[in-house]
Amino acid sequence: MKHALIAMRAIVLREALRFVHQRERFVAALVRPLVWLLVFAAGFRAALGLSITPPYQTYITYETYIVPGLCGMILLFNGMQSSLSLVYDREMGSMRLLLTAPLSRAWLLFSKLLGSTIISILQVYAFLLVAWLFDITLPGWGYLAALPALLLAGLMLGALGLALSSFIKQLENFAGVMNFVIFPMFFLSSALYPLWKMAESSELLHDICAANPFTHAVELIRFALYVEVNGMALVWTTLATAVFMALAVWGYDPARGMMTRKG
Amino acid sequence: MSLLVSDLSFSYGSKTALDGVSFSVGRGQFAALLGPNGAGKSTLFSLLTRLFVTQGGAISIAGHDLKAAPLAAMADLGVVFQQTTLDLDLTVRQNLRYFAALHGISGRDADNRIDTALDRLGMAERAGEKARGLNGGHRRRTEIARALLHDPKVLLLDEPTVGLDAPTRAGLTRHIHDLCTETGVTVLWATHLTDEVLDTDQVILLHRGKVLADGQCGNLRNKRPLPDYFAQMTGAPA
Repeated sequence: MKHALIAMRAIVLREALRFVHQRERFVAALVRPLVWLLVFAAGFRAALGLSITPPYQTYITYETYIVPGLCGMILLFNGMQSSLSLVYDREMGSMRLLLTAPLSRAWLLFSKLLGSTIISILQVYAFLLVAWLFDITLPGWGYLAALPALLLAGLMLGALGLALSSFIKQLENFAGVMNFVIFPMFFLSSALYPLWKMAESSELLHDICAANPFTHAVELIRFALYVEVNGMALVWTTLATAVFMALAVWGYDPARGMMTRKG
Repeated sequence: MSLLVSDLSFSYGSKTALDGVSFSVGRGQFAALLGPNGAGKSTLFSLLTRLFVTQGGAISIAGHDLKAAPLAAMADLGVVFQQTTLDLDLTVRQNLRYFAALHGISGRDADNRIDTALDRLGMAERAGEKARGLNGGHRRRTEIARALLHDPKVLLLDEPTVGLDAPTRAGLTRHIHDLCTETGVTVLWATHLTDEVLDTDQVILLHRGKVLADGQCGNLRNKRPLPDYFAQMTGAPA
């Protein structure tokens, strides 16, 4: 057991050290949601009327509405990016090295996931800090209450990326993942518009959004930021995390031979 | 036997990569796995490092069956991959500490082992340098030092000299040979470069997924230059 914990600490620390050396990544991860928050939101504000829905108790500005969605966006992009970087040959090498460690694959993959999720969460807090400087504030305890929600959502999205990385053969497919996974997941969710707004234009779209695990991750974060628990979102996110994680372990299981396709 | 491979077969779909491969390497022996490109060396390494699981046959590392006791087998295995697997932004010591921790070694024990391993490979004064600043030869040495941290009984090296200049290649090859003699570690060294093999080494000649020859290099080549023997056996220029 001690061995397993030593290894986990090292894997998390490695992610942190790598992150410190990649400041561009940090800036990029911060700029993306800030552009949404400060530019897009300003334009959309006029177009979108928001009614009072839980967890909000008063009318809120559009900027306030999309903050949880943008937290989710950071987790989504980072989760995909850190896992898909495995598709690079160079990174695949370090993955091979990791998998030669005398520990179970599931544990090694989980440790890796935890490491990248912790880094993502730091970025989310940096984003919330900038938002706060622009006067988009949340309840004080919300910042703390959001932590477990962010952790779970980050694990879910990282696990999804990890599962995808085991099935994707080449880097070129990253564009495919952007188009067919990241964008649909983000836009077909409650990140930018509430679900009832979706339902006004199309029931089908609403149903798709309601089934999207990213919607539930965002709602989990949204409620947590207001120190509330959204039970359904919690169940959905937990289930999705378990399923994605199982897929990742399956994908990296040598017996299944998914890796053989990469030769 | 430190490394035992028996009747190993593997195919990618309908394409057979390994067909009934069997060989064994004794303790402290340097075995060169020789074969032209596409002979099945990479597949064999993927099986030995558990990236793929064997479809037929068995592998035993230091007495541990890879299928029945994978973790015990991996604990006794050191690997140097063909592609570099260092974190270029981290220092040599940080890279080694990370790997030591994967094997459950931390703190002062790890630092002592790192110092010993780096010292043995003449890399001691570079411990604080970032891997990015190292030349190809030094990166390889770092990876070899890393692979030795947990005192493996078997060391696998997959074409470790690819892309290195001749003196560096010669130096590394000598280092590993010395290591076999001094520490008793068993080495399996995959290469297609015949000048890296000594007459006292074991040669396992792999061609089109099968073992063409297995024996002491001096006996196999029988006074012919090794490249000639290699070309004659495989029909490929060495």
